[in-house]
Amino acid sequence: MALDSSSKRVFKVVGTRPPRPDGVDKVTGRALYGADVSAPGMLVGRILRSPHAHARIRAIDTTAAEALPGVKAVVTARDFARLEGDKIIDMGEDRTSLRDVRDNCLARDKALYDGHAVAAVAALTPEIARAALKLIAVDYEILPHVIDVDAAMRPDAPVVLAGRAHENVPGGMSPNVTNHSEFGHGDLEAGFAQADRIVERSFTTAATHQGYIEPHACLASVTGDGRADLWCCTQGQYNVRDICADLMGMQASQLRVTASEIGGGFGGKTVVFIEPVALLLARKSGRPVKIVMSREEVFRATGPTVSASIDVRIGMARDGRITAGEAVLRYSGGAFPCETVDMGAQAAFACYDLRAVRTLGWNVLTNRPKEAAYRAPGAPQAIYAVESVVDELCQGFGLDPLEVRLKNAARKGTKSSYGPTFEAIGLEATLEAAKAHPHYSAPLGPGQGRGLSAGFWFNFGGNTSVSLSVNTDGTVGITEGNPDIGGSRASISLMAAEELGIPYERVRTAIADTSSLGHNDVTDGSRVTFAVGLATIKAARDAKQKMCARAARIWGIDEEAVLWEDGAAKPSGPNAGDFPPMTLAEIAAVSFKTGGPIAGHNEAHADGAGVSFGVHICDVEVDRETGATKVLRYTVIQDAGKAVHPDYVEGQMQGGAVQGIGWALNEEYIYGEDGRLQNAGFLDYRVPVASDLPNIDTVILEIPNPGHPYGVRGVGETPIVPPLAALSNAVSRAIGQRMTRLPMSPPRVLEAINAGR
Amino acid sequence: MRYVRPETAEEAADLLGREEGVSRILAGGTDVLVQLKSGLVEPDLIVDIKRIAGMRDITPEDGGFRIGAAVSGAMLGEHAGVKALWPGVVEGFELIGSTQVQGRATMAGNLCNGSPAGDAVPSLVAAAAVARIQGPGGTRDCPVAEIPVGPGRTALGKGEIITSILLPARPARSGDAYLRFIPRTEMDIAVASAAVSLTLGADGRVAAARVALGAVAPTVRLVDAAAECLLGTGLEEDALAALAAACSAACRPIDDKRGTIAFRSQVAGVLARRAAAIAHQRAGRTS
Repeated sequence: MALDSSSKRVFKVVGTRPPRPDGVDKVTGRALYGADVSAPGMLVGRILRSPHAHARIRAIDTTAAEALPGVKAVVTARDFARLEGDKIIDMGEDRTSLRDVRDNCLARDKALYDGHAVAAVAALTPEIARAALKLIAVDYEILPHVIDVDAAMRPDAPVVLAGRAHENVPGGMSPNVTNHSEFGHGDLEAGFAQADRIVERSFTTAATHQGYIEPHACLASVTGDGRADLWCCTQGQYNVRDICADLMGMQASQLRVTASEIGGGFGGKTVVFIEPVALLLARKSGRPVKIVMSREEVFRATGPTVSASIDVRIGMARDGRITAGEAVLRYSGGAFPCETVDMGAQAAFACYDLRAVRTLGWNVLTNRPKEAAYRAPGAPQAIYAVESVVDELCQGFGLDPLEVRLKNAARKGTKSSYGPTFEAIGLEATLEAAKAHPHYSAPLGPGQGRGLSAGFWFNFGGNTSVSLSVNTDGTVGITEGNPDIGGSRASISLMAAEELGIPYERVRTAIADTSSLGHNDVTDGSRVTFAVGLATIKAARDAKQKMCARAARIWGIDEEAVLWEDGAAKPSGPNAGDFPPMTLAEIAAVSFKTGGPIAGHNEAHADGAGVSFGVHICDVEVDRETGATKVLRYTVIQDAGKAVHPDYVEGQMQGGAVQGIGWALNEEYIYGEDGRLQNAGFLDYRVPVASDLPNIDTVILEIPNPGHPYGVRGVGETPIVPPLAALSNAVSRAIGQRMTRLPMSPPRVLEAINAGR
Repeated sequence: MRYVRPETAEEAADLLGREEGVSRILAGGTDVLVQLKSGLVEPDLIVDIKRIAGMRDITPEDGGFRIGAAVSGAMLGEHAGVKALWPGVVEGFELIGSTQVQGRATMAGNLCNGSPAGDAVPSLVAAAAVARIQGPGGTRDCPVAEIPVGPGRTALGKGEIITSILLPARPARSGDAYLRFIPRTEMDIAVASAAVSLTLGADGRVAAARVALGAVAPTVRLVDAAAECLLGTGLEEDALAALAAACSAACRPIDDKRGTIAFRSQVAGVLARRAAAIAHQRAGRTS
């Protein structure tokens, strides 16, 4: 049987652009999102949140709330089961401790940030629930707070949590410093000695929110015999199940979690916030409980990305060769430990082939909400700083920024700045495509600037289960366990159709609940099209093998003498016998008489996710009297390995670019002196609106990933990495002043222009 | 919470005047409903004025127009007469919110919300518009400029409601314009704004001018010193520079999440200068 295929194969279905399978439901309002599920007798759950950035909780008196008619349950942190020790939960891009998840869901001894949940109620109506929250008396002892990452590192800074530093953090630092990392190779000082020019700059980036349109929502139902159901909006129902079961003291098998349709995630829905609280309320009240977050709650209490402060020092020879690069990265992921800086420290110089490179990373606690993954977590900040300094060096030598990047580009065989040696990668091809693109050579008008940046992301694989059933009418159903946040159902169906040799229209992919399929890691790390696609191809091959065996049985020949080609089983050659091919539909139609139902499945840990590179080109015009930046033209060039459904790939590239543009220009968490978040809404947390943006032009390159049978690489995260520096380089060139702080909001840009007058 | 929908302005004023608890007037509801849903206010009484006769009418009056208090942005934006006479007023009002919000939002509501950043207000002030007010004891007229007295506060007394706003007649060769600065291109709140209304004399020079600034002081501010910079000029470069400087000097803004004192002051001058140029161009087109 020839089931393996070369990555240079000619595709029939993969690479086409069928209409999205969830499109009609979504535009007609039929799709069921997190808040759309209801149950008889359901109660409304509401959460009381800390108005203080940092406060000791001396006591919580819930008696008045409990006495209010219509209130069916009130819970605090004391209602959680005792944890027997802590546990580290691995979520692909993110690792977190179970204890921290619990203490983030309901504050235990201290409220650690403005918006931190401290208690919750379940009541008959929203009005009663709201009234009940006002009756809960929390005795707070207000503590000094710290918001800024650099301030939090000082030895005398208010301590957010003590005793949480990893062993790799040297002694004598503030207890807020919880993690340290170091990457690199070569002789740094020798490298700097060879430089004709060294630029050293410090940068800051603000915490930005994923900005998904759908707020978090869930419905929990707990029966008297200890079983439970949970419907929620999440990127990973298995992860939700495991965490909630642990926190509730339940067996995982007794908790079934069903993921709803999802209105955006971008990494922010890999975290558990309200689900354990809804389960507690449901268990205590004996009735189903629904919790739907308001937008304000989403901003105050769910994960933005890290805020960062970064120093970069790069040496360059006159000919554009980078002789040495060094970066120190200080990230804060809010009030709980995280390791996001590791990824920033690894990604910072990943685009370059360097003989001497070193990055140091520090993670620091502040009184901000716990960070959540946001598209390539940790990389955009680091690469923004590096790409800004590279651009300044290019300007200083009068060198073309594309040529300089080509001269220094990482390629196959390069020992990467973070250790591994690269396999076949697409950076050079991506840079060449940028150079050849008409955008790069288009003339610029007065007051305009062009910025360029490369970007990188690792991509992940991970644990995956797929089941594929061949129906007797010749159609195929696929069950997979990763919520579809970027078009994965279409891509999975396309890959199954390709592998089986049947039309795409005959395949339907559905997302399973946790009781219907084996474990799947969270939808993150751009893993789904790669890893679930890989498992789907293997499940299809499993089914093909079984169908070949059925045909062999019907023909009365040896199984080994049957092969699968063009959607049908065939004798492998003249010696095997002379039988007309049997199509999938023909084999399926008689399956009940030839041995029963036919299905394929695959359960595996997928390795071999190929790294992905992108290059963005951006033109801006800056109003020198107001500091307003208009994005005139924007082009994304990215290596997709193989674009399974090019519409979705382009959508990922455009969406990432747009989120990056928002990050670069206006988005930021703004805190007052009191440590409270001042812009918990879309009015003052400014994501770009459609009229702020030009069409985002896209160029997909396909440099096959050797780790996937079709060459697929994850594409969802890389596109948010280059925009920060692309915008900053464009604005800096347009105004003749180097910008080192994000966002480049109009007041900051105008201040820079005024300073240069 | 009680919801009432009176038939007359007198009845509405009477209800509001007698209410001992918290009351809110509902016209377009684009501010009130948001405040209700977010729990910012919990009124005892809501008085819906949309069904009162005349509230949704635009009526010619003495060469100008009387705009009912419940006239929406969408209605005003389609009124050729008002657009021709006071284009700056219409363009300011139409900047508020989205298309959906425009279907309900009202100028009187924007004025009574008391925000110094309300986009409908600076142009009304520059236009010397006059609000007609119904109170429990009768009606009175009050210049729009005198309605806001601080952020979220107005000069309206207990039980008083604005029933209409009069946009006055104006001489030939007049024009007005409104510009605001927002970090985005729409769906935002002014960080600074400026409205300019001017009339040209027979010699083509500015014979009359009014300049109003938004979002740079506790209330929308009429800046006479800025208007004087334009009088007698043909909007030459030095006149415009003087206008911008006078505007910046008149700013009393705050530092907040939307902008700094320095930024607001500088940009208010820039906007005034640009709005003056547009108003001047419009004035030159009419006769």
